[in-house]
Amino acid sequence: MIPGVSINEILTLTSILFFVGIYGFITRKNLISILISVELILNSSVINFVVINKYLYPELLQGMVYSIFIIAVAAAETALAVAIIINIYRRKGSVEVSETETMKH
Amino acid sequence: MNLINLLLIPAIPLAVFLVLGIFSHKIKPAVSGLTGVAGLAISTLLSYYTAWQYFFVNGKTDGVYQTFVEKTVWIKFTDTLHIDMGVLVDPISVMMLVVVSTVSLMVHIYSRGYMKGDDGYTRFFAYLSLFTFSMYGLVLATNLFQIYIFWELVGVSSFLLIGYYYTKTSAIAAAKKAFIVTRFADFGFLIGIFIIGFYTNTFDFQLLNDPEGPAILTWASTSFMGLSLITWALILIFMGGAGKSAMFPLHIWLPDAMEGPTPVSALIHAATMVVAGVYLVARLFPMFYMVEEGFALQIVTYVGAFSALFAAIIAITQTDIKRILAFSTMSQLGYMMMALGVSGFDGHKGVGYMASMFHLFTHAMFKALLFLGAGSVIHAVHSNLLQEMGGLRKYMPVTNISFLIAALAIAGVPPLAGFWSKDEILMAAYSNSQFIYGVGIFVAGLTAFYMFRLYFGIFWGKDRQYKHRPHESPASMTIPLIVLAVLTLTAGFIPFSELVSADKIGFEAHINLPLAAIAVGVGALGILLAWLFYKKENDLASRFANAFGSFYKWSSNKFYFDEIYLFVARKVFFKNVAAPIAKFDKKIVDGTMEGIGNQTAVISRKIKDLQSGRVQDYAFGFIGGVVILALIFIYAFTN
Amino acid sequence: MVTSAIAAVSSRKMLRSVVYLLFVLIGAAGLYFQMDYNFLAAIQLTVYAGGVIVLIIFSVLLIHHIEMELEMAKRSRQAISALLCMLGLSIFLATIYAHPFETAGITSTTTTAEIGRALLSTEKGGFILPFEVISVLLLSAMIGAIVIAKGGGKIKQPIEEKTDAERILEEITEEVTKAKKQEEEIGV
Repeated sequence: MIPGVSINEILTLTSILFFVGIYGFITRKNLISILISVELILNSSVINFVVINKYLYPELLQGMVYSIFIIAVAAAETALAVAIIINIYRRKGSVEVSETETMKH
Repeated sequence: MNLINLLLIPAIPLAVFLVLGIFSHKIKPAVSGLTGVAGLAISTLLSYYTAWQYFFVNGKTDGVYQTFVEKTVWIKFTDTLHIDMGVLVDPISVMMLVVVSTVSLMVHIYSRGYMKGDDGYTRFFAYLSLFTFSMYGLVLATNLFQIYIFWELVGVSSFLLIGYYYTKTSAIAAAKKAFIVTRFADFGFLIGIFIIGFYTNTFDFQLLNDPEGPAILTWASTSFMGLSLITWALILIFMGGAGKSAMFPLHIWLPDAMEGPTPVSALIHAATMVVAGVYLVARLFPMFYMVEEGFALQIVTYVGAFSALFAAIIAITQTDIKRILAFSTMSQLGYMMMALGVSGFDGHKGVGYMASMFHLFTHAMFKALLFLGAGSVIHAVHSNLLQEMGGLRKYMPVTNISFLIAALAIAGVPPLAGFWSKDEILMAAYSNSQFIYGVGIFVAGLTAFYMFRLYFGIFWGKDRQYKHRPHESPASMTIPLIVLAVLTLTAGFIPFSELVSADKIGFEAHINLPLAAIAVGVGALGILLAWLFYKKENDLASRFANAFGSFYKWSSNKFYFDEIYLFVARKVFFKNVAAPIAKFDKKIVDGTMEGIGNQTAVISRKIKDLQSGRVQDYAFGFIGGVVILALIFIYAFTN
Repeated sequence: MVTSAIAAVSSRKMLRSVVYLLFVLIGAAGLYFQMDYNFLAAIQLTVYAGGVIVLIIFSVLLIHHIEMELEMAKRSRQAISALLCMLGLSIFLATIYAHPFETAGITSTTTTAEIGRALLSTEKGGFILPFEVISVLLLSAMIGAIVIAKGGGKIKQPIEEKTDAERILEEITEEVTKAKKQEEEIGV
């Protein structure tokens, strides 16, 4: 609990982060940019978990633990995504989304 | 009755058909021919054994031949109405077994020689086996539906065999014609079956033929256009029979069916399949006889008599030897139908029924013999036309003698097979109606005349310029001829009236001497005329033809029946019914369908744009959808 | 934070947007600190700000020339997306402000030991199963990353790119191992 900051304000912040992430996800044309947007979205949800845990149920640990899991998953996801991006780059010489329209080869 | 034996009779040809059909490219012709003959020989022996068992050992109880039925319910509609599969053994089915197996075996043996070197040798034997199987099934059927199923199977094998030379346009056309005409007739048959099923609640022959059964007792309870519906059904069933048996006016396919190989003509279009119609009427004879005082039977009589006369007149003027025989077949089938029609039911009154079956039996023998003989001749001179033959007796003694025997038999000369059966038919006709008798005796004279015209034309007269010297056929072809000739000579002495009769009791048949004398006299007259006309080259025949003028022309053109049918089919039916339907089909049905198809293509092209494979587009749509749904749910539904 | 986030998704230079993302992540870590979740803040800093960002930076460096301008979507597309996002955001905010949150009001400090116990507890409210699942997931992700990055198929510039790929591969492996180790440390 942060003194002087209500839960609504923090939730507003995370909502904004979330939609900024979505905006980026939709508009960016580069795989790495998209990855960054996804990170934003994930982060906003992690913050939500933590905040709700802290403000509403401070005696429990669920939100806390799950945010740890989410961070772990996000790390794994990033690692995989980067691996895929690099593979695509090696095959195509580009990481633009428009280049990866074809779903299979 | 031994059920296993009985089931083996049709099962063996079926097995042969399957083996030959499936492995047709792997089996050597010699092997396939042998397989066919061997398989059929076994089932022939089995049917002889069955016949012997039935007629002389255990078929009779208290002087009446019993009907043995083994069946299993196949499709059940209601408790009483169901389609069974099974075998039915009674005098006529056993007799038919013997006929079918004998002729089929002879034809199989004969085909080994006749078809030698043909490309489709194995295929030919496979079809023959299929046909034999279906014919057995037809003969042994226990109910109307089973007989219908095998009826169609027989039709299919006939179609396949007529169109056997499928590279020949005329053969294809003939096969199509035969199939369409018989199909048309079978349509009537099917409707008849449905009517009977609906009003009597059974398809079973035994129940239908039972004088106390639902069909015969209740015929008066329904009526349609002045007749009982059961009578209508019987007329429709007879229509099916008439189609198969080439009765007027559904006869047009039979002459064309001669496009098939000659053994096929002998087996299917002379001896076995075409008598299926007669067999069907005989099978339902009690029903025909008892429903509405035999009104349907009257129709059978007149159609039969007219067909007999009509075909005999056409046969006189034809020049293709197989066509002459085809019209002769049609004429004889008309004879059988007529005999059934004039028959009574019990005791000596049932002589027409018995005579019809007897004639069926003897006719199968000598007509098969005639066809096989004709095949032998065709094999030798490579032509079907009478004008291109003559003087063949020197080259082909066996064929000559056997053909002569058959011709004498069909002309009704004692003591050959044809004499006995024909005499009994005429006797039955005489006791029924003078008019029918008159037609019968006239047809008998015509028959004798045209058969001997054929005989003298082929074997006597002047030698033609043959491309190569005609020679006697190989043994595989002459042996069946000899066997059938022996059968023709002796079949008449079978005490048929004691074995096969309408009421299954049997009676003593006697020969009515004056009637027999008249028949033989007329036959002899016909032969004499033919001898005068055709024995030596002279112009008597053509002068005679000129005297008849237009009638001769009409007859040789088969009374223009093909043309009439074509006219009806092309000008009337196609123009007024088929063409509008085709137009409707093309414009409206196809139009709708194509429209739908095109629209689908257009829409799918649009959908394809949606499925771009770009994840971002999907996400865009997804987010948009979620937002809109959230709006709807939160603001439209919560208040 | 918000500014940084917007900058992260709208910057036309790749490296810059990564750095902006880093700011956002650090901001989040600050939030955790303020909420007295020190351990979480530490993880956020090490795994996210340390691991993930480094990873992304490396890939950016490998793939892009730093000065390269990024291509953006069409104007109309951007506008519609922005509108959509604003709409969604307004729905969120309306819902958030309409909902009466019952703030607990008490402040309690959570120690790392408590978290560790909760993670490994097999009793009610314990997280041993998800923990194990996550461990397996990390392992498989690691293997998967190696396999994918090693990659079969046609390679456009085989020699040059291969070394890069290998370098990246090491990086990835390292990061993943680190993340996993971290998790295990928490557990123990």
